Amino acid sequence: MHAGIIFLLVIVGSVLFHIFTPWYWTDIASNWKGMDDTITLTFWVGGGVFVAVCLFMIYCVFRYQHKEDRRAEYKPEDKKLEKILTWATTLGVAALLAPGLIIWNQYVNVPKNAIEVDVMAWQWGWQYRLPGKDGKLGTTQVRNIADNNPFGINPDDPFGKDDIMVESDVINLENNRPVKILLRSVDVLHNWYVPQFRAKMDAVPGTVTFYWFEPNKVGEYEVLCAEYCGVGHYAMRGGVEVQDKADYEAWLGEQETFEQLSARYEKLNVDGNKLAKK
Amino acid sequence: MSDEYDNNKSYQAQSSEVMDGSTGSVNPDIDYVRPSEVGEQELYHPHSFIEKWVFCQDAKVIGVQYFLTAVFTGVVGLILSWLMRLQLGFPELAGFMTAEHYYQFVTMHGMIMVVYFLTALFLGGFGNYLIPLMVGARDMVFPYVNMLSFWMFFVAVAVLMASFFVPGGPTGAGWTLYPPQTILEGTPGAGMGILLMLISLSLFVIGFTMGGLNYMITILQARTRGMTLMRMPLTVWGIFTATVLAMLAFPALLVSAIMMTLDKVLQTSFFMPTILKAGEVLEYGGGSPILFQHLFWFFGHPEVYIVALPAFGIVSDLISVHARKNIFGYRMMVWAIVGIGALSFFVWAHHMYVSGMNPWFGFFFATTTLIIAVPTAMKVYNWILTLWRGNIRINVVMLWCLGFIVTFVNGGITGIFLGNVSVDVPLSDTYFVIAHFHMVMGIAPLMVIMGAVYHWFPLVAGKMLDEGLGKWHFWITFLGAYSIYFPMHYLGFIGVPRRYFEMYDSPYMTSAVGMNEFISIAAFIVGAAQFILIFNIIKTLKTGKKAEQNPWKANSLEWYTSTVPPEHGNFGDRLPVVHRWPYDFSVPGAKEDYIPQTTAPSEVIHTEVEKT
Repeated sequence: MHAGIIFLLVIVGSVLFHIFTPWYWTDIASNWKGMDDTITLTFWVGGGVFVAVCLFMIYCVFRYQHKEDRRAEYKPEDKKLEKILTWATTLGVAALLAPGLIIWNQYVNVPKNAIEVDVMAWQWGWQYRLPGKDGKLGTTQVRNIADNNPFGINPDDPFGKDDIMVESDVINLENNRPVKILLRSVDVLHNWYVPQFRAKMDAVPGTVTFYWFEPNKVGEYEVLCAEYCGVGHYAMRGGVEVQDKADYEAWLGEQETFEQLSARYEKLNVDGNKLAKK
Repeated sequence: MSDEYDNNKSYQAQSSEVMDGSTGSVNPDIDYVRPSEVGEQELYHPHSFIEKWVFCQDAKVIGVQYFLTAVFTGVVGLILSWLMRLQLGFPELAGFMTAEHYYQFVTMHGMIMVVYFLTALFLGGFGNYLIPLMVGARDMVFPYVNMLSFWMFFVAVAVLMASFFVPGGPTGAGWTLYPPQTILEGTPGAGMGILLMLISLSLFVIGFTMGGLNYMITILQARTRGMTLMRMPLTVWGIFTATVLAMLAFPALLVSAIMMTLDKVLQTSFFMPTILKAGEVLEYGGGSPILFQHLFWFFGHPEVYIVALPAFGIVSDLISVHARKNIFGYRMMVWAIVGIGALSFFVWAHHMYVSGMNPWFGFFFATTTLIIAVPTAMKVYNWILTLWRGNIRINVVMLWCLGFIVTFVNGGITGIFLGNVSVDVPLSDTYFVIAHFHMVMGIAPLMVIMGAVYHWFPLVAGKMLDEGLGKWHFWITFLGAYSIYFPMHYLGFIGVPRRYFEMYDSPYMTSAVGMNEFISIAAFIVGAAQFILIFNIIKTLKTGKKAEQNPWKANSLEWYTSTVPPEHGNFGDRLPVVHRWPYDFSVPGAKEDYIPQTTAPSEVIHTEVEKT
């Protein structure tokens, strides 16, 4: 008898824990509220099934405890019951799958007005590149990466000249404007993840991956690497600062373009050569 | 032996051979069983201590060898988990542990528990011991290969353990071994450690293939007379289907291990793209890290079911025996096992929703993944419907079964979160995932293993394990494990990423500190509680109560051997003949509340048995 009571306490405890937990979502700061809503829906349906199955099991434990003089029922199958349960489950599962797929469809279709951000990862850090006035990022190659070309932009690509270099692990974003994160890595897998934005995707060396979101709360956020990338994984942090349009544009104006950076290095080189000649 | 043999009911059932009218019987026709098509297997009996206990060809001894070796690796895995939890809960006490150590422990814990502990235990351990006994065979069909299988596994374990002692230590690449980091500087054990891991995995697959062929062919070819496929205990169905999965899935692991070894040793680029490291472009180029992930999970997902299906099968039998009721919907259960097994090959990329693979895959794999929930749910319904209107013994075995149902349903439902592609996006790579898979493929199968140990110990050792100690063992393990993994899901909601050596100062993670301490304490207690079982076993072997034959009053053949524990050859002079499924419990009209599989219809003529 005590077994049934302990199991009952476990189930009741689980429900109470869920209701009163101080540990729950970090406040959302992006457009992906649909993900949270689908989780809440799954919680209700799944949690309901969990509680129902366990309560039924506990009922059986109480009601059908072994007695020497009693026999169990002998009924190998019940086609009708099995059919009802199969269809009910199928319907329930379909009801959970549908919103999941609808949101996934939004996740993989990036809005046209999204600003592209090149997020470049390495062991263990981040840096960012934004398109310049032409609104397009220049193409890149790992082999081009050098001191005077930290992002490996193809020097012949006209779109690359005005790209804005953010050689910092913190990137600023404009509030209420969709962002398409373009991820790449120069060495191993990484994942640019901000819990408040909900979204994530691996950065894979050798290819460019993407995802998008629309930040909707001004503030500073921490970036975490969410794909194991070696011994410095846990320390691979970065930051995001979501700003209003005016602040953002002010910040943007202070950043260096690829052209400016190249010129700076050229000057350094020329100066260096002059020094060498002297 | 002969007295016991003659008195045994199962051998009286041999009267069913009377279709040629040689002995008298009530009604020869209803007892007819087709004669066997092949002759008896000739067994090689051991001639020395070494042949009997070391290089032994008896599947039962091999099963125990597999079991003990797997348990040894399990204890290593357990100690590693303690060290991890010490770092996560009480980093100030774990000053000796560097991030390198931590990642090595994480990796070895994961690989050991999934492959060397659970897989080896269910298929090598329970498979070897139970298959021949349950299908009524004298031994596996290829006993010598079976022996080689164990020793190959043994060498694989030795190689794996050796990696703790090589320069650089074992690999710390995470159990998924994702390239490129796995074989590059920056990951602990990227030199010798990873090589030994890959070699050990390859040996494991080779050894396992030898065993797996045995399990499959024994079940298909060596069943005794009357043991039709649809009369097999669900344990055998579970192990059989899992073995088929393993035969199809392990080659993908072998291939990826070989290719990665080549990438490491010969600088090929199967999985390695152009890489810039410490300012230098490495010798690699053109390979695909995602290809490895596809290969790995093509193995890795069926692997989940390689562990789960035997657990499903075993728990069905345990519930049925101890609820004194036939398993509800046997045919549905069989088709669910087979269906889940088949579907498990079409869901692998649900581990890769945020891997950077083509995002359109998400639609397909989310759909297949949620479809698999339907047969799985049917199995759960059938387990609880078996309890319904049963006559349930609440003993230690049943407690483990009930614990399994709670943890499995809990973990199964969180699987619906993670399988549902867009819900997975915020949760993947967080503690929610850790909580989910430990609940569903760690704790739930472990509950079944423990139930099975208490259930079959009397058969293996001839003595009954202590029920009192068993109850302590169960309650501490169940309540402790549940309080480790249930709250852990909520860390995932906060957004705490997995595989973090420490959290540093992330503001929204400070609230997780208290829970981490609680979880660590629970983990220490649950781990320590497992030694209750070891103590129980030692105590029972020394002073335990002798088990009567068939102490649980079960129907399946393993309880109807000529001696307990069964000898080499299992069934004495004549193999049993099977007349029914193993679930004839509480049949109306029968004198006892169970009818063994060997009982001929004419012996229970007045019962209302359904034809099976």
